[in-house]
Amino acid sequence: MTDMTLPKTTARSLDEAAAAKRARMDLISAVVRYSLLFGVGFLMLYPLIWLVGASFKTNSEIFAGAGFLPESPTLEGYIQGWQTSTPYTFGRFFWNSFLIILPKVIGTAISCTMVAYAFARFDFPFKKILFGSVIAVLLLPNVVTRIPQYILFRDLGWLDSFLPLWVPSALAGDAFFVFMLVQFLRSLPTDMEEAARVDGANSLQTLIFIVVPMLGPALVSVCLFQFMWTMNDFLGPLIYISSVDKYPVSLALKLSIDTTEAFEWNRILAMSVLTITPALVVFFAAQRYFIEGISAGGRKG
Amino acid sequence: MRAQRLLGYAYLAPYLIGLVIFTAIPFLTSLYLSFTSYDLMSSPQWTGLSNYERLFTRDRTFDKSLTVTLLYVFSTVPLKLAFALFIAAILNYKLKFINLFRTAFYVPSILGGSIAIAVLWRYLFSAEGLVNMAIASVGLTPVDWFGDPTNALFTITLLRCWQFGSAMVIFLAALQSIDKSLYEAASIDGAGKVMTFFFVTLPLLTPVIFFNLVMQMVQAFQEFNGPYIITQGGPLKSTYLLPLYIYEEAFKKFNMGYASAIAWVLFAIIMVLTLVAFWSSKKWVYYAGDKRS
Repeated sequence: MTDMTLPKTTARSLDEAAAAKRARMDLISAVVRYSLLFGVGFLMLYPLIWLVGASFKTNSEIFAGAGFLPESPTLEGYIQGWQTSTPYTFGRFFWNSFLIILPKVIGTAISCTMVAYAFARFDFPFKKILFGSVIAVLLLPNVVTRIPQYILFRDLGWLDSFLPLWVPSALAGDAFFVFMLVQFLRSLPTDMEEAARVDGANSLQTLIFIVVPMLGPALVSVCLFQFMWTMNDFLGPLIYISSVDKYPVSLALKLSIDTTEAFEWNRILAMSVLTITPALVVFFAAQRYFIEGISAGGRKG
Repeated sequence: MRAQRLLGYAYLAPYLIGLVIFTAIPFLTSLYLSFTSYDLMSSPQWTGLSNYERLFTRDRTFDKSLTVTLLYVFSTVPLKLAFALFIAAILNYKLKFINLFRTAFYVPSILGGSIAIAVLWRYLFSAEGLVNMAIASVGLTPVDWFGDPTNALFTITLLRCWQFGSAMVIFLAALQSIDKSLYEAASIDGAGKVMTFFFVTLPLLTPVIFFNLVMQMVQAFQEFNGPYIITQGGPLKSTYLLPLYIYEEAFKKFNMGYASAIAWVLFAIIMVLTLVAFWSSKKWVYYAGDKRS
């Protein structure tokens, strides 16, 4: 505390000293804050950076050091990993993931919009109870309905098809999205819709031409989250999909660690990089929607 | 008016059908199945309370699994939320690059649930993996992460804490919506930064803390991918969380009745804790005159 040895204790120099001290404290706290953020950011992102670097390494180099830059970059992991130990390439598994995701996202967007429209713009008996049920479904742990759902899908003959993954979502089964869209729709003014009604539009026309365009950003968030969750979903396909030719990437990756354990880390890491790439690309292209989406409603992750 | 009602139900139809077929009926069916013995081959046999009796008196795997699950949830959720709040509070200062940091911290949440990251984790904490290399490079003894029952669960806790980003974004949005005049008033009254945080900021954040707490808890109780991929429930069942036990009973051994009973115990625990949270929220959650909840 060298600034305590002031020559003259006039009010003015005390003020100056206090100001200087405050400025220095601000500087120190800014330095502490920035170093904390950079430190945490480094810890957060280094595993991912390392993952990308390691996917271009040879298998022996992966265990040789903690640096992320490969000494002699090679595509070996990608080429061999892509072939897999099955009769199919990873291209097939990406195609399967796409086949699961596309109908699921479309079904979610349509059904959740309809249901949110009903809750936000119509009056009907038991509305409060039914909206309460949305919250209940949101909080209900899936674990308690999973076994009877499996038995139901088995009785319907839907096992080893994508139907168990599509149909519940197409019936607005993801309550989180319904909740999010209802909240968003309630915050929008209704005068445009009333004007349309005065002009003779029916409710379906109003929904399609007035409400859906206004819902735009929220609907984009819904589609992006559903894309991301479905891409990452593992337990659903694990339970319902049994033939390798129908595997999505999450199951294929699990299969590759089962079959090449401890030997071929470069292949596994290379395929890991590929499987997270779509999600990363979508996130960086549209991160505004993600941040707004969770800030608005919170999410399960 | 009648037409309005009918139309309302028409738009609601997908949800109503889904609610009945995929939620309500399965919910009740699983309760029924928990009192039966059912192997999918012959029809379910009513066995009364015997599944529950076996669970609570003779099943040592269940004891272990339940203990590990509670340990996991009660360590992961508070750690994750405290860390998320801490980082959000730092980001809330007028910092440059706030959007850059927010993005960087959010990326793990986008990817964290994926199998690729679980696979990466399995490598990172393996005996010769990146974490042990880093530990060795600063001269400490490498840790046996997956061989030692006390460490294995911690690697999964770390994975989920690494995904603190979504909770952080919610905290940050709430922090940024706090009225600045409250801070000025606190500062005029002579409150320091720490005092201001605990007596002004924290009470105003209780609604989002409550929201994050309930959501994260419900989710943590259902953790499956982490232990399934990273540790396969081991060593010595030290990461054998209840969802893993339910999965193996139901879909490996096809003991649908017994698995339903375990699922209902898990559900009861989650429900009781959620109700406790809601009930206690009247005492500690502060709503500043707005009706949003």
